[in-house]
Amino acid sequence: MGRARLVLRPAAPFLVSLPLLWLLQGALPQYYSFVFVNIAVNVILAVSLNVVNGFTGQFSIGHAAFMAVGAYTAALVTTGMQDLQIAGLPLTASDAVVFFLAIMAGMAAASLAGLLVGIPSLRLRGDYLAIVTLGFGEIIRVIIENTKVLGQATGISGLPPYTNVVWAGVGVVATVVMARRLLLSTQGRALLAIREDEVAAEAMGVDTVGWKVRAFVISAAFAGLAGVLLVHKIQLVTPRMFTFVKSMEVVVMVVLGGMGSITGSIVAATLLTVALESLQAADQYRMVIFSLLLIVLMLTRPSGLFGTREIWDAVPRWMRRRSDGGTP
Amino acid sequence: MTEFLQHLVNGVSLGTIYALIALGYTMVYGVLKLINFAHGDVYMAAAYAGFYIATALDVRTHPTVGKAVAVFVGSMVFAGALGWAIERFAYRPLRNRPRLATLITAIGVSFLLEYGFQLPSLQSQGRTFEEMLRGWGWTVPGWLDAAVGFLPASFPPGPTPRFFPEPFVRVDWTVLGGVHVSNYDVVSFLVAVAFMLGLQWIIYRTRFGMAMRAVSFDSKVAGLMGIPVNRVISTTFILGSVLAAVAALLVAGSRPRIDPIMGLMPGLKAFVAAVFGGIGNVPGAMLGGIVLGLAEEMVAGYALSSFRDGIAFAILILMLLVRPEGLLGRVTVEKV
Repeated sequence: MGRARLVLRPAAPFLVSLPLLWLLQGALPQYYSFVFVNIAVNVILAVSLNVVNGFTGQFSIGHAAFMAVGAYTAALVTTGMQDLQIAGLPLTASDAVVFFLAIMAGMAAASLAGLLVGIPSLRLRGDYLAIVTLGFGEIIRVIIENTKVLGQATGISGLPPYTNVVWAGVGVVATVVMARRLLLSTQGRALLAIREDEVAAEAMGVDTVGWKVRAFVISAAFAGLAGVLLVHKIQLVTPRMFTFVKSMEVVVMVVLGGMGSITGSIVAATLLTVALESLQAADQYRMVIFSLLLIVLMLTRPSGLFGTREIWDAVPRWMRRRSDGGTP
Repeated sequence: MTEFLQHLVNGVSLGTIYALIALGYTMVYGVLKLINFAHGDVYMAAAYAGFYIATALDVRTHPTVGKAVAVFVGSMVFAGALGWAIERFAYRPLRNRPRLATLITAIGVSFLLEYGFQLPSLQSQGRTFEEMLRGWGWTVPGWLDAAVGFLPASFPPGPTPRFFPEPFVRVDWTVLGGVHVSNYDVVSFLVAVAFMLGLQWIIYRTRFGMAMRAVSFDSKVAGLMGIPVNRVISTTFILGSVLAAVAALLVAGSRPRIDPIMGLMPGLKAFVAAVFGGIGNVPGAMLGGIVLGLAEEMVAGYALSSFRDGIAFAILILMLLVRPEGLLGRVTVEKV
């Protein structure tokens, strides 16, 4: 019983969601599946940024840059292996293997970039991370626009359309499971301790720099995943897709949902994506609304919609099965 | 050699601009320990204020020295007021909250200015609104139509760049066998140095400067000693914003293209300059500005000009790795 449980618990969300996603894949028409992938990408971004900005209490505003690193790496892999079919496998299975490899490559590259950015800036106090991640976004853009292989300013087009509802949904489940299990683990407690009081955490023997860097790398890896999923849906990758505006969108999602709340991030990301999708006409007001939202939120309700609570915290205690339902 | 001297001249003229903006960052950081992200956008707004005043005074067709001074002073007053308002209404209510809250607000203010200035003008927004009402089958009342007519037709300016009128005639001199120096370079260098010396005098020779240094050292104790901390912080914001306005007008004089996101890159680079010199340290900001300007010109001149924007951040990351307290900064220990 004990061992089976140990294996089943992390796998259970996937086992439950996979058949549901298969059904959804068949049921959703073209446009809605596009919206679904969009929402999924933003949920992955928001939840992964929450690991840094919410759990650890740092402030990164360059999430789009890690998306770009992941997206470009994966784009190179998939365009390079597009005509290749792995022997002995049907075409769809071969494509799935290629896409899986591309996702792994993208996440690895993004986490490497996260390590490079994280080590110098996380040794210092919080506000440096903001400016370094901001700067990193610019450097990445400059590098991409000056590199022939990456298609310079026009980017790479004609990517295979691998991303579908199932891939995007599994990505979301993986991100949420990662964040949830991280939060409830010893490591998660170290991160929360850093958020609450860095000096006190250090005095208690928490390796603050080490944990901050680790959280940042994890977050960057999942940003890379979001980038891979997005570009293989719209079949195009350009440097213009990963600007400040994108990073800011994610920051607003996290702040709106409540820094430290996983379900808050999910709800805020879904709401904002749907709102943006239906407000296409008012595109020029998008950033004005975002920035006003940020200022007003900070002045009136700095904890966001949920604070650090989760949706299930609203369920009365006696209705819960066991006591491990709440956040620490 | 000539080429090197030319890059030197360009680098110093760019560096003084960065230095002026960096001073605003470093002073605000000194008193509040806050990275004022909106500083680069105050610089942009000041350039636009100068542009509107210059248009109203008709500088383009009849430039005079008196008008140039009026544009300068008007824009400085505007920037000071903007800086004061940002501190008063966006940062002060959050003074006792966690620092992250103020940082997020600062980013919000920055983006609000950048993207607010990119909106179509209020009048055309009003017209769009009227169209929308008509589209819904409503009749637009006469007073609304009249009110829309009174809205400014060229504010906000929208995303298309504007061209700043030349306040005086450009004269190019060739010195030392081929180095081009214009009277704009000379004037802006002199003005920038004059303002920096003035600031130095304010900080080290006046009562206010002493109060500011005291607040920067320890604001709580300074308050206990009877220093009006809030007034000192407000004045620091005003001073920093005025210097940003000076920088904006000096830039707009020689490179006349102004647009709503013109503050983004100079703002970030000036921040790098402030970190390079040691954030919170006034002479450090000036030094950092000059070094950064020179580094950028040299990289653009001798290596790849497209890497111009990247070099500042490479310097930043290198500096944070090697000497995070900056060239002239002191190592601070966080106390509980």
